[in-house]
Amino acid sequence: MKIAVLVKQVPGSESPLPMVSSQDWLDESQVAYIMNESDNYALEEALQIREKNNDGEVVIISLGPNRIQKVIREALSKGADRAIHIQTDGSYPTDPLVTASLFSETLKDENFDLIFSGLQSDDLGFGQTGVLLGELLNMSTATLAMSTEIIDNKIKVKRELEAGYFQWVTMSLPASISVQSGCNTPRYPSLKGIMGAKKKEINVITPPVMDQNQSIKKIYAPNSAKETVMVEGSVDQIVEKLVNIFRNEIKIT
Amino acid sequence: MDILIIIEDNNGKSHRMGLESIAAAQHMSDKLGLSASAMVMGKNADSLASEASAYDLDEVLVLKHDLLNEYSSDGYAEAVKQIIESENPTYILFGHSYQVRDYVPKISAKLMRPFLADSIAIHFDEKNVSLTKQMFNAKLLSDINPSGDAPYLISFQSASFLSDDAKTGSATSREVSVMLDSSMIKTDSEEPFKEASGGVDLTAAELIVSVGRGIGKEENIPMAQELAAALGAELSSSRPVVDSGWLSPSHQVGSSGQSVSPKMYLSLGISGAIQHVVGMKASKNIVAINKDPEAPIFEIADYAVIGDLLEIVPKLTEALQ
Ligand SMILES: Cc1cc2nc3c(=O)[nH]c(=O)nc-3n(C[C@H](O)[C@H](O)[C@H](O)COP(=O)(O)OP(=O)(O)OC[C@H]3O[C@@H](n4cnc5c(N)ncnc54)[C@H](O)[C@@H]3O)c2cc1C
Repeated sequence: MKIAVLVKQVPGSESPLPMVSSQDWLDESQVAYIMNESDNYALEEALQIREKNNDGEVVIISLGPNRIQKVIREALSKGADRAIHIQTDGSYPTDPLVTASLFSETLKDENFDLIFSGLQSDDLGFGQTGVLLGELLNMSTATLAMSTEIIDNKIKVKRELEAGYFQWVTMSLPASISVQSGCNTPRYPSLKGIMGAKKKEINVITPPVMDQNQSIKKIYAPNSAKETVMVEGSVDQIVEKLVNIFRNEIKIT
Repeated sequence: MDILIIIEDNNGKSHRMGLESIAAAQHMSDKLGLSASAMVMGKNADSLASEASAYDLDEVLVLKHDLLNEYSSDGYAEAVKQIIESENPTYILFGHSYQVRDYVPKISAKLMRPFLADSIAIHFDEKNVSLTKQMFNAKLLSDINPSGDAPYLISFQSASFLSDDAKTGSATSREVSVMLDSSMIKTDSEEPFKEASGGVDLTAAELIVSVGRGIGKEENIPMAQELAAALGAELSSSRPVVDSGWLSPSHQVGSSGQSVSPKMYLSLGISGAIQHVVGMKASKNIVAINKDPEAPIFEIADYAVIGDLLEIVPKLTEALQ
């Protein structure tokens, strides 16, 4: 079983997000990056399938500038076998169709049985790349996977639906599956894994330039429509004010 | 055809976001002088069509086919793609539902045209449109311009437009058809089911204390439980807390958890991502404690505390006891 995992490096949820003066992107020098949350679950799902079958290969695919090698190494240290780094000079494309096309160009001769991806990136959040790539490579696709099971040459996926419903969907391989956070318990890298990752291969490739069909004109902070009471002061003052708000304004008895 | 709205089936009735898309399309029609039509498909197409035809639309296209009776991403994507090719709409509008996440990217790949997903607003200058989208977990907004030739696929986030704003009227229906065969559908779907429930029912709770990833670690959960007990409140959480196994799934509030509307929702270390907010924004009083002044939860909070919950919560519990 040959499995690709799409991994993206994104700003951590507690990272500052300062903008560049042209207001169309972040000042990346001040951003603290991590592995996208649902991609971490995607990687775990792939590693578990390889371990269950006792055979196969897990290949990390990531697109972006040099800084992303940090998350590539992290994925390798968790147990992925090798990686392909599609290297861009500046930042990422902002058109998911371009991203997916670059992935499909890179992967089309690799003949993966499975492609796992996170359902959405915590930066741009288009939530499309896994499905786009599957379609471009003429694979079966499924999204919002909460658990998977390989049966012969098929994969059975438990999909999350709206309003608390789930559904089992079975499809033949090759398939591109985008997973929802919480579908497994991602491992931490072991010391041995971290040492071993240093020797694993990262194949760096330069992608062709493609025209985008959507681009970011400007980014900005949202402004709040609601009137918010700021509860300020020392910890003790905050506590006193909150108790007062609970009793006298919200009227909790 | 200028605008085509795809209305999703929710057990024989229009998905709430379908009506919101009608409101969105009418807004675009007013601004750009465009005509808007809707399409319904699947086994409930007739009842959906009679619902949609009560709105101010040009036409309601009714698409029936044996292979569209049950949803499949392959079948739905191929069907909508064929309709786009035959009807030539400039804009195709969807609500950003789970189903839309699942199949619309396929249409984008088939047509090699962009899918502007999860937009929250649309702006026009001259005849160009730009879409506003939340990014970085709702901490920032971005304006995105599509380019190149039509069509453009656009989905709107829940509640970006109000279904009540959809103008009523009367639209004629027209049957349309597509060519599908079963070899196009690569998936085999079973019946949707609900996980055996049990656990906490939060929907009727008067008071809720809700914890997010900001609680830091499992060992800190009792701190929130004690505060909840002191207030006589139920405990709930955001998704990552459940994903990490710190609380059971029945505690989760949000689009994939429960929807709550208590008198007070006290949120501790929750950033305020849209999938969480949809489950709790109906709360009468939202009190948020978060150490990040930029956290999007503060945009919907009635009372905001910028501070460290690990310091505040134990003292608050003590003061309430
Ligand atoms: C299809 C889909 C469905 C989803 N369904 C749901 C759902 O049903 N429910 C849900 O909740 N999410 C859901 N999510 C996930 C959602 O997008 C967010 O990732 C999630 O809500 C974030 O949870 P959080 O706010 O607890 O964590 P984070 O976003 O990581 O935020 C943690 C917050 O804690 C603050 N903090 C940290 N330490 C402290 C401290 N000591 N004191 C005070 N504050 C602190 C930080 O400033 C930060 O704002 C879904 C996502 C998708 C794509």
